[in-house]
Amino acid sequence: MSDDVLRIRTPISIKYQYSAGPRVSSHLLGLMDGRFVGKRCPVCELVYMPPRNGTCAKCGALLGEDVEVGQRGTITTFCVVNVPFLGQTIKIPYVSATILLDGADMGMQHLIQEVDAADVRMGMRVEPVWRPREEWQPSLENVLHFRPTGEPDAPFESYAGHL
Amino acid sequence: MREVAIIASAQADNTATTTSTPVEMLIPVIQQVLANASMTKTDIGFWCHGSCDYMTGQPFSFVSAVDALGAWPPIIESHVEADGAFALYEAWLKIQTGEIDTALVFGNGRSSSGDINRILTLQLDPYVVGPLWPDDRSIAAMQARACLESGVVTERAMAEVAQRNHRNALTNPKALRRGDHSIEALMAAQLVADPLRELDCPAHADGVTAVIIAAGDRARGLAARPAWIRGIDHRIESQNLGNRSMTTLPSAALAAHKAGVANDKIDVAELHAPYTHQELLLTSALGLSEATTINPSGGALCANPMMSAGLARFAEAATRIMNGTADRALGHASSGPWMQQNLVCVLEGE
Repeated sequence: MSDDVLRIRTPISIKYQYSAGPRVSSHLLGLMDGRFVGKRCPVCELVYMPPRNGTCAKCGALLGEDVEVGQRGTITTFCVVNVPFLGQTIKIPYVSATILLDGADMGMQHLIQEVDAADVRMGMRVEPVWRPREEWQPSLENVLHFRPTGEPDAPFESYAGHL
Repeated sequence: MREVAIIASAQADNTATTTSTPVEMLIPVIQQVLANASMTKTDIGFWCHGSCDYMTGQPFSFVSAVDALGAWPPIIESHVEADGAFALYEAWLKIQTGEIDTALVFGNGRSSSGDINRILTLQLDPYVVGPLWPDDRSIAAMQARACLESGVVTERAMAEVAQRNHRNALTNPKALRRGDHSIEALMAAQLVADPLRELDCPAHADGVTAVIIAAGDRARGLAARPAWIRGIDHRIESQNLGNRSMTTLPSAALAAHKAGVANDKIDVAELHAPYTHQELLLTSALGLSEATTINPSGGALCANPMMSAGLARFAEAATRIMNGTADRALGHASSGPWMQQNLVCVLEGE
């Protein structure tokens, strides 16, 4: 038994060319200008930011016109990350939140920093902290994180339909 | 057994590349097949999808395909990691249970996301064959060489298969490749994987096919001439290439027998044989005679949209029943090296 091969290594390498598609591309190009560009569903009129796969999952429809949404938004829900993992670049504990940008109907996920994790709450108003312009790419990583604006919290009713 | 029929289909144009996401590609075809059947999504009892994560390079990529369906209110859906034709088989079984009367089946894939000949290497046994990295053409070429050496096919017969399919594709606006080639020109063309030439190999494509099936009187109410599924059977051969015959397709022969292919004359057969020599092996295994028109669409040789090419064969065969140009048709889907898996479906008008 001791001579049996118990394990072999068979490295696999495949190259893929990812295409964002025309609808997500307009969103990504907006990020190159420091803008949050979402898309409206022509059927239910909800504004997707970001525009997912270019589709409205509720209607099974291709998203339509571009809609630039606000820079500021509201934390609809969040979690505090306390668990270390391989490749972690941020000191724990930190907060990952779903942020409903003003004018959008779908929240997007991003980091909340410049605030104690224990003080983060649903309804908290936040704004993006952009990287230096010369570092901008077609990526949501142009935003380092969001931070509190200091505005009064948004009332629950204002985002209850977007959770 | 409940009677089940194909009552509508739709296909995207087969393209060499696309910049749309897989979900964006799906939506127009889903909408078209519903329109072709004069149905809305609430008329569909079950949705079944065939695709492959290795083609997109994203685990669970099939989940995002549900975005194309408008799954609100909630729907009943399923997925197979295979060609959409195998999703049709699952939907047919689901109808047999009596739980549902209608199903929308679809398959899609973007062959252009990566090097498809290399991606297909990943379907090989991962211990002793896969690590050698033979690509899809090389594996097929080994089979073609064995067939030539044993005399079950000839290079001229392979060229004739290429000629006929490319000519047939001249009248198929969805095809990716078409043309009128002389046998001499085909046989003089450069070898790409000895003994295979470019036009012996499939035209891999980005594509989508969707089909709606329905039971009994529901089908009669939805289509003037439904394409009734009189027999459908799926058989699989060993994954170990060393255990396989290189010159016969016993699983295809068994599936054809179980599906009742020989019970009557087949007017039209749409075969998912990616390589020319494979069409010759398959025609023989299925027991088809010269009375059968093979691949009026041009087949997988002229457009092989991975994960929907088999379902497209079913759609093409059903269309010829539904438009009255055939009374009995055969749809075939395959998968795996040397056509390891074979799904045979006999369709009839009434």
